[in-house]
Amino acid sequence: MTVLEARDVVSGYGEVEILHGVSIKVEEREIVTIIGPNGAGKSTLLKTVFGLLPCKRGAIFLDGENVTGQPPQALVRRGMCYVPQSDNVFPTLTVQENLEMGAFIRRDNYRAKIEEVLALFPDVIERRHTRAGKLSGGQRQMLALGRALMLEPRLLLLDEPSASLAPNMVQLVFAKIQDINRSGVSIVMVEQNARESLKLSHRGYVLAMGQNRLEGSGESLLESEEVGRLYLGD
Amino acid sequence: MVRSLTRAAALIGWARREYGGRAEKAGTVGLWLLIGLLLVVGVVDARQYLVTGIIVGSIIALGALGITLIFGILKFAHFAHGDMMMFGAYIALAALVGGGSIGPLSFGWGMIFAILVSMAVLAAVSVAIDRVVYRPLRRRGSSTVVLAIASLGIAIMLRAIMLLWWGPDQQLYVYGIHPARELPFDIMLKPDQIFIVATSILLMALVYLLLFRTKMGKAMRAMSDNADLARVSGIDTEQVVMWTWMIGGALAAVAGILLGIQSNLKPELGFTLLLPLFAGAILGGLGSPQGALVGAMIVGISQEVFVGIDLPFPPFGVPGYKPAVAFGILILVLLVRPRGLFGKT
Repeated sequence: MTVLEARDVVSGYGEVEILHGVSIKVEEREIVTIIGPNGAGKSTLLKTVFGLLPCKRGAIFLDGENVTGQPPQALVRRGMCYVPQSDNVFPTLTVQENLEMGAFIRRDNYRAKIEEVLALFPDVIERRHTRAGKLSGGQRQMLALGRALMLEPRLLLLDEPSASLAPNMVQLVFAKIQDINRSGVSIVMVEQNARESLKLSHRGYVLAMGQNRLEGSGESLLESEEVGRLYLGD
Repeated sequence: MVRSLTRAAALIGWARREYGGRAEKAGTVGLWLLIGLLLVVGVVDARQYLVTGIIVGSIIALGALGITLIFGILKFAHFAHGDMMMFGAYIALAALVGGGSIGPLSFGWGMIFAILVSMAVLAAVSVAIDRVVYRPLRRRGSSTVVLAIASLGIAIMLRAIMLLWWGPDQQLYVYGIHPARELPFDIMLKPDQIFIVATSILLMALVYLLLFRTKMGKAMRAMSDNADLARVSGIDTEQVVMWTWMIGGALAAVAGILLGIQSNLKPELGFTLLLPLFAGAILGGLGSPQGALVGAMIVGISQEVFVGIDLPFPPFGVPGYKPAVAFGILILVLLVRPRGLFGKT
């Protein structure tokens, strides 16, 4: 079943058009990676899907329903959560408070969920009363993922989860993303780290100049000559 | 005088560029040393003024707390806060029925009722003003400067309403003579003044509990940290804004009433309060609730103690220089530590 479909999306910032008609599809329990050179419109696509930028033309479907133009608050309730690339934790709030804010719209008791999410990230569990601003880059990324998991989403949008992390941290974050996916969450991520992210992806899309360039399984893109030449540095 | 001030400012600016972090650290240490010195002088030489300063400081703190919360969430300087305080004071005057007295206080239970009425009215008025004025501006994507200027317009409007309704003359909640009691260490204190400080402490404790123990309070802090991330997390930011106005408005009401009890009610009093309010909020660090409390206390105490120090040149010993002291503190903080004592970097 298709969880997310973006059809011929045109979007950008104000007058500047960045996406000139991009289409992607995400099936249930898939990890889909979007790669492409700087300025290709990868982050713009995620922001448009999540209702942070206006979708000027085209349409976005979540579970087959048209959700084009819906604000983030509405999309979050439909089980889609988003983790921005930077500034993705509340620095003066403690780790635990950050998770509570992730669950803001939940009306039920989410104490157990906080423990469950903290258990996923042993790195931060002991620092639950530490201010998020004092965490390391990797720990912050874990916390940002954890905050997005508080609503038990079925679809996660991740904007460059490995950006500016140390190499061993990148491995750890990717491993966590795979764990999350195995628990039944579909994942769309935008990545600069094309090789590592394609390795764990079911499928991938290559964007260039605001348009679809290539698509295929993670492996086939890794082996593709064009992708290798352009984005993997072979 | 002006030229030497400009030169001094240029010198400090140069020192900051030249020595960067070290200057900031030195400035901060210097600021704390000055505060310590002021307290020591107050305790040794001007105890009565120090006590008055604490009373005034606890009133300013309630107003500065509202300013800092509103700034944290909405990122604009709310210039109508002083007039909102005075408006709250007049609402309580209108709601005040019955005399009597609670123990040694000059007013009775009617005053407590009037305070609660005024808090509710000001909370509602603040939310209404937001819906009619600020929210449309926010939706249009107006800059924070536009919002600040709009609040200046609201300030003038509120003052005009007060002048029309209650007249320009000074009024009191309770007329008559209420003598101060003599306490050890040559301190004179009225029972009403203890009520002022106690009420202020109670409200600040409540705000603390709200901010750190309730979900809405945590959402307020989260939005103050990063409004975009708050929105992305599904936090209903309009609801957070509404709570911020209700709390800010209710605190302003109480601050205005306490000021009315301490001195008197007069429509233009609100505007003259803006300076110490902002000096306190900025000294503490705009957006920091703890900062607003400490900053307002320091401003209140400095204003009074400077008057109490017996030196033959201004600003010492002359009550008319009180606003100048607040202004001086504001300039000093902006020069040596613009983010304030507890502000975020």
